Amino acid sequence: MSVPFSRAAGLAVAIGTLAAVGLTACGGATHAGTKAAAATTTQAAPTAHAHAEAPAAADQPAVATSAVTIDNFSFMPPAIKVKAGTTVTWTNTDEEPHSVVSSEEPMRSPTLAGKANTFSHTFAKPGTYHYNCGIHPFMHGTVQVTA
Amino acid sequence: MNPANPDDAFNSELSRRRFLRHAAWAGAAVAVTVSGGVLTSKVLGQGSPAPKAEDFSFVQISDSHIGFTGAANLDVTKTFQGAIDLVNSLPARPDFVVHTGDLTHFSTNEQFDQVKQMLSTLRTGQVLVLPGEHDSTDDTGQKYRQFFGAGTQGDGWFSFDHRGAHFVGLVNTINLQNLGHLGAEQLAWLEGDLKRVSSETPLVVFSHMPLFAMYPAWGWGTDDSTAALSHMRRFGSVTVLNGHVHQLMKKVEGNITFHTAAGTAYPLPHPGDGPAPKPVVLPAGQLHQALGIRQAHLVPGRHGLALTDQDLP
Repeated sequence: MSVPFSRAAGLAVAIGTLAAVGLTACGGATHAGTKAAAATTTQAAPTAHAHAEAPAAADQPAVATSAVTIDNFSFMPPAIKVKAGTTVTWTNTDEEPHSVVSSEEPMRSPTLAGKANTFSHTFAKPGTYHYNCGIHPFMHGTVQVTA
Repeated sequence: MNPANPDDAFNSELSRRRFLRHAAWAGAAVAVTVSGGVLTSKVLGQGSPAPKAEDFSFVQISDSHIGFTGAANLDVTKTFQGAIDLVNSLPARPDFVVHTGDLTHFSTNEQFDQVKQMLSTLRTGQVLVLPGEHDSTDDTGQKYRQFFGAGTQGDGWFSFDHRGAHFVGLVNTINLQNLGHLGAEQLAWLEGDLKRVSSETPLVVFSHMPLFAMYPAWGWGTDDSTAALSHMRRFGSVTVLNGHVHQLMKKVEGNITFHTAAGTAYPLPHPGDGPAPKPVVLPAGQLHQALGIRQAHLVPGRHGLALTDQDLP
């Protein structure tokens, strides 16, 4: 299974692309006192097609907990570990709506916001499951399920 | 102003003042006049069977986020209505209006219904709509398509010919994993759709999320856009208009020119400005200058697609 390799490659691509965009798109305008006109780039930078993984989720050690808080556009902790059969609960504390979706586990929350800000899912089988926010897909997390 | 002459409009005192006012804001918004490469049948199409492009205009509005409540905009219905009123006050009635997504904030039936009713008051020949991720995330767009799916294909994508130009609306807000996503089915449809169109035909593409890598760290790109754009490379001129990022930006890649649009709800930060793309709360009285509509003018034999971005009054 080549998933770990493609994810790592995707990450490298994303970081490279990110740096390039940071230079071209922002220029000096972001921090200038008087903002310039519409940011314009004319070079032919490659369009990103990376299935990149956000560094936060992939690289941090998994925390043994069944509660994930969505705070400031991040899943906290980004990586958790639970035993098979555990129900994991996500709680969105942001003002902005978020959701929890995964292509590796049949899991799709409704939009979490306001009073309806929690979602629970029971993980039956051991494995490592990546998930993201369906609205802000750059928000990533993982659930490591042990036997 | 003479709407058939975008340069005059751009250079007019009104536009200049608007330009300065825009420039005084956070840096993204500005009136833009664009020549997106060679567009006209006059140059490329001599002796070709391509239909002659005609002079006409259409309007893009985006990111109304009906249902949003927050300090960044205390009344998104009012600002969306303001955008509709602005369209309806244009001297030249647009042939059509396209809303490039995030109609709603929470994709409830009530919000979709409200948006549909408000859009029906537009003074135009036709209203076209694409879903944003806020409209399509929790049910892969099923509710959205109940309200706006008529006449579309797949997840809501569409194409049509209008007065010598070809228009495509792409859906890239479903099954997101890092960035926007088009999917194999839509890409196959796009390839077949464009095969029937001559390279001299002006091509205009709509999407919600950017089809270029604007800022992947915030998901501002589309993971399989390269495949989509490969089908557009042979065209003399391609203009891609998207929403999602709530600010104006232009990017040129060869024959393809990308323009992101302002929303009607609230501004978002410039790429990388802060930790996350959270709604920006502007000082009192400055919100309308960060919101707007876009008029697009097809001028055959001259500049091709000319865009004028207008902020809300």
